[in-house]
Amino acid sequence: MERKITCIICPRGCPMTAVIEGDSVKVSGHSCPKGEEYAINECTNPVRTVTATVRVDNRRDVMVSVKTENPVPKGSMADVMAQLRKITVQAPIHIGDVVLEDVFGTKIVATKEIL
Amino acid sequence: MIYDVIIVGAGVIGAMAARELSKYQLKVCLLEKENDVACGASKANSGIIHGGYDPEPGTLKAKMNTEGIELLYEAAKELHVPHKNNGSLVLAFSEKEDETVRALYERSLINGIAGLSVISGDRARELEPNLSDKVTSALLVPNAGIICPYALTIAAVGNAMDNGVELKRNFAVAAIEKAAQGYTVSSADGQSVTGKFVLNCAGGYSDKVAAMVGDDGYTIVPRAGEYLLLDKTEGSRVSYTIFQVPSEEGKGILVSPTADGNLLTGPTAAKVATPDSREITAEGIEQVQRLAAKSVPSVNFRQVITSFTGVRSSGTTGDFIMEPSKKAPGVVHLVAIESPGLTCCVAIARYAVELLQGQGLSLEAKAAWDGTREDTHAFRDMSDEEKDAFIQKNPDYGRIVCRCEQISEGEIRDAIRRNPQARDMDGVKRRTRSGMGRCQGGFCGPYVMRLIAEELGIPMEQVTKNGGDSRMVTERIGE
Amino acid sequence: MKKHAIVIVGGGPAGMAAAVAAYDRGVTDVVILDREPRLGGILQQCIHNGFGLHKLGRELTGPEYADVYAQQVAERNIPVFYETMVTSVSPDRVVTARNREGILKIQAEAVILAMGCRERSRGALNICGTRPAGIYSAGTAQKLINCDGYMVGKRVVILGSGDIGLIMARRMSLEGAKVEAVCELMSYSGGLTRNIVQCLEDFGIPLYLSTTVVQIHGQKRLEGVTVAQVDENRRPIEGTSRFIPCDTLLLSVGLIPENELTQVCGIPMDPVTGGAMVDERCMTKVSGIFACGNVLHVHDLVDYVSDEAERAGKGAADFVREGKASEGAYLQTKAGKGVRYVVPQQLRKDTGDVDLFMRVTQPFGKVKFTVTAGDKVLAVAKRLKAAPGEMERITLKQALLQDAEGTVTVELEEL
Repeated sequence: MERKITCIICPRGCPMTAVIEGDSVKVSGHSCPKGEEYAINECTNPVRTVTATVRVDNRRDVMVSVKTENPVPKGSMADVMAQLRKITVQAPIHIGDVVLEDVFGTKIVATKEIL
Repeated sequence: MIYDVIIVGAGVIGAMAARELSKYQLKVCLLEKENDVACGASKANSGIIHGGYDPEPGTLKAKMNTEGIELLYEAAKELHVPHKNNGSLVLAFSEKEDETVRALYERSLINGIAGLSVISGDRARELEPNLSDKVTSALLVPNAGIICPYALTIAAVGNAMDNGVELKRNFAVAAIEKAAQGYTVSSADGQSVTGKFVLNCAGGYSDKVAAMVGDDGYTIVPRAGEYLLLDKTEGSRVSYTIFQVPSEEGKGILVSPTADGNLLTGPTAAKVATPDSREITAEGIEQVQRLAAKSVPSVNFRQVITSFTGVRSSGTTGDFIMEPSKKAPGVVHLVAIESPGLTCCVAIARYAVELLQGQGLSLEAKAAWDGTREDTHAFRDMSDEEKDAFIQKNPDYGRIVCRCEQISEGEIRDAIRRNPQARDMDGVKRRTRSGMGRCQGGFCGPYVMRLIAEELGIPMEQVTKNGGDSRMVTERIGE
Repeated sequence: MKKHAIVIVGGGPAGMAAAVAAYDRGVTDVVILDREPRLGGILQQCIHNGFGLHKLGRELTGPEYADVYAQQVAERNIPVFYETMVTSVSPDRVVTARNREGILKIQAEAVILAMGCRERSRGALNICGTRPAGIYSAGTAQKLINCDGYMVGKRVVILGSGDIGLIMARRMSLEGAKVEAVCELMSYSGGLTRNIVQCLEDFGIPLYLSTTVVQIHGQKRLEGVTVAQVDENRRPIEGTSRFIPCDTLLLSVGLIPENELTQVCGIPMDPVTGGAMVDERCMTKVSGIFACGNVLHVHDLVDYVSDEAERAGKGAADFVREGKASEGAYLQTKAGKGVRYVVPQQLRKDTGDVDLFMRVTQPFGKVKFTVTAGDKVLAVAKRLKAAPGEMERITLKQALLQDAEGTVTVELEEL
């Protein structure tokens, strides 16, 4: 299988081609090793950091921003959002406070202070 | 409860009629189909106090215009509505148009208007240095002025309400039926009110309302006019209101400062399907720019902050139609109130009261009537020292919500609290100018939404731009 | 009237970094005036990550990046006047502001303007049709969604492929909205490649280049838009228009430095950047008044805003301590071929190395920038790629600069 991937490592944005055969990924079109690594990851285990918000229960119309502490599998973003939609938090809340444990191998943490 | 008078339509005519009737010991109800007053022709027009040279002598337009000018200046002062007697110039660009200018001058004399004069192109450019070199002569109209039309309507309704008039919004009249005493006026969604007399001020829909009592001989031909409004940095491009004499290309595009200090150009004239057809067209924008530049070539259209379309409630006779119903005693119609309707609004309101009196309405003056309304813009015009003292007493005035126009939370809360209450984003905008500046509500929008929700005790999802389905947000996240 | 050494107008990333830098340079009588109830400015609504890689060496979200600087402000006990709106700055550095306590007047020895920028609203103006609810600038929608917690709509078209528009495409998709299209008038996107990949491609959102919205439909709430392709003169091509049903139109059509205070003060402006003309320490042409961050010119990365603000903070501190510095030995800068603007617009040649910041006029492949003064080359820089969306920086060395004469001109050639 062949995949076209635009590199996001630097502003140059190399148009790369990845040929996937079984477990091996062959990349062309890249200009540096970082680009090649990115392309391989995109084909084998693409991950993303999800950033979103969670409602603060005891404050009127206030959301606290949150993120996955580590990137999660790209395909799990919708699931992460669904879990976040179900919860609320109580102020005060501080940056780094854990909002939700065990989400696809990582945690959801607050990225904003709400006093 | 039976009202003495039901007024259909809270445009500038209905508003002024309500204020006029509030002088007397009468129970008056003002019906408006929209979520706010001044939502039809009264919200989007040139905002000009016309000098009275234009109407055909002998018409109602001529009579009302001649009477109406001073009455309007007086009302504007009492109601603290932004206005200015800046004068106007009607430009000619050819020998043929020079003749038209002279004819308009002659007509002003017949209409009983004093003080106008015909001046040379050079003299016009002395008065107004940015005028085109091609101007050959001009009619100088010292009595003309500019006024904010929706502020006038809002203030008149507010003053009428302060004097006892009741306003019912979201009441779209669908039927008027004879009742035991007077008429029952009802909407399609089941609301109804009964009153002894009915005054039809329904603007673009005045023909339809007249037909509800069997007067089916009126026809409104809605004509749209597109405008471009420019930033205050262009507001001093001209000091007079600049007209062109009517030509093959239409009635001409004006270039005018506004009562709030912006520059206004427009309107076009195009027949449209309904009085609510307020679309912006590419042709319209092009025409406004081209013809405005004919009068004042240096207008910088890169400073446009918004474009809008107003729809005139034109009739088929060329004159206002103001008369009692032929079929229903006690009903009075004001139909085809197009330009110069704004200039004439107080005179028309008085004329309408006379017509109602002719139908048997008895008028006994109220002792306690107060025709003045507090200045809603007083804070804006204070010195820093006065502002400081005012904020000490009213801290909400210290929190600026709209950066571009420097409008405070206090002014916005006031707009939502005082008669007639602002109930939506456009209502706040028209009363305070919040969101009317360069950013067009980008920064203050969410803040104003919160204030509306808080003051009216409604959830954010119910805050609208202008009533009905015009909701600003669709749902709360996380529920 | 109150007196302070340095008054900073705005407590966003620029204002905070400037305050900290001025303080650390030894002028501790610094105050920040901000219109919001917390520091951070627009960063508070930018909940996505990608901030801080250059400046802090780690990837943070907007509120986290703001917090790093807010803590530095707090550690130094720099006073902040919250919910305080500056209404005027006079050329002799009297700052007038308003808050719930009243009108505040401060005589400052130096003023740093850090008001940031606003979104261009003009995008909606020349679109034909109606004006229903459901048309937002992307940043306004971002505020409503990320801070207040309300969705602005469910079916979305985005006009403009600037970064805020792209970020909002992803944000609204994650919250369950259907983003039908992102339309870009130009033949290239103004957004970062990273955002095109992670905000559009990840969610299968189409990006239509050389395409614009030509008509808005709907009476009360938006019901749809007509889009059409445009020719090289950006005029709609007949026969290419089509209707897209949607209840929301987001405009991401550019940012404008918010310079009303600057202009009323009479500070000379650069018509290309939309900001004041400044020298290498960010001082405007009005002595003692500095400008930095997006109010000076729109940056693509907040990291560069912080850098610039630190220069302004140091510059203002030095100005306060040393009094009026000599302004005679200025060299002017100029954008040459292929370059849209250069900041600073003038520089002193005896103050050390000077960084020039610039944007190119259009996307280029491999390019060489050359900086000359008279017939002397001051610097050469090669890039594999250059685009208007990515700010370029070139350093001029003191050793070459000190003997330079004439206008400092930056131009590029494509290799």
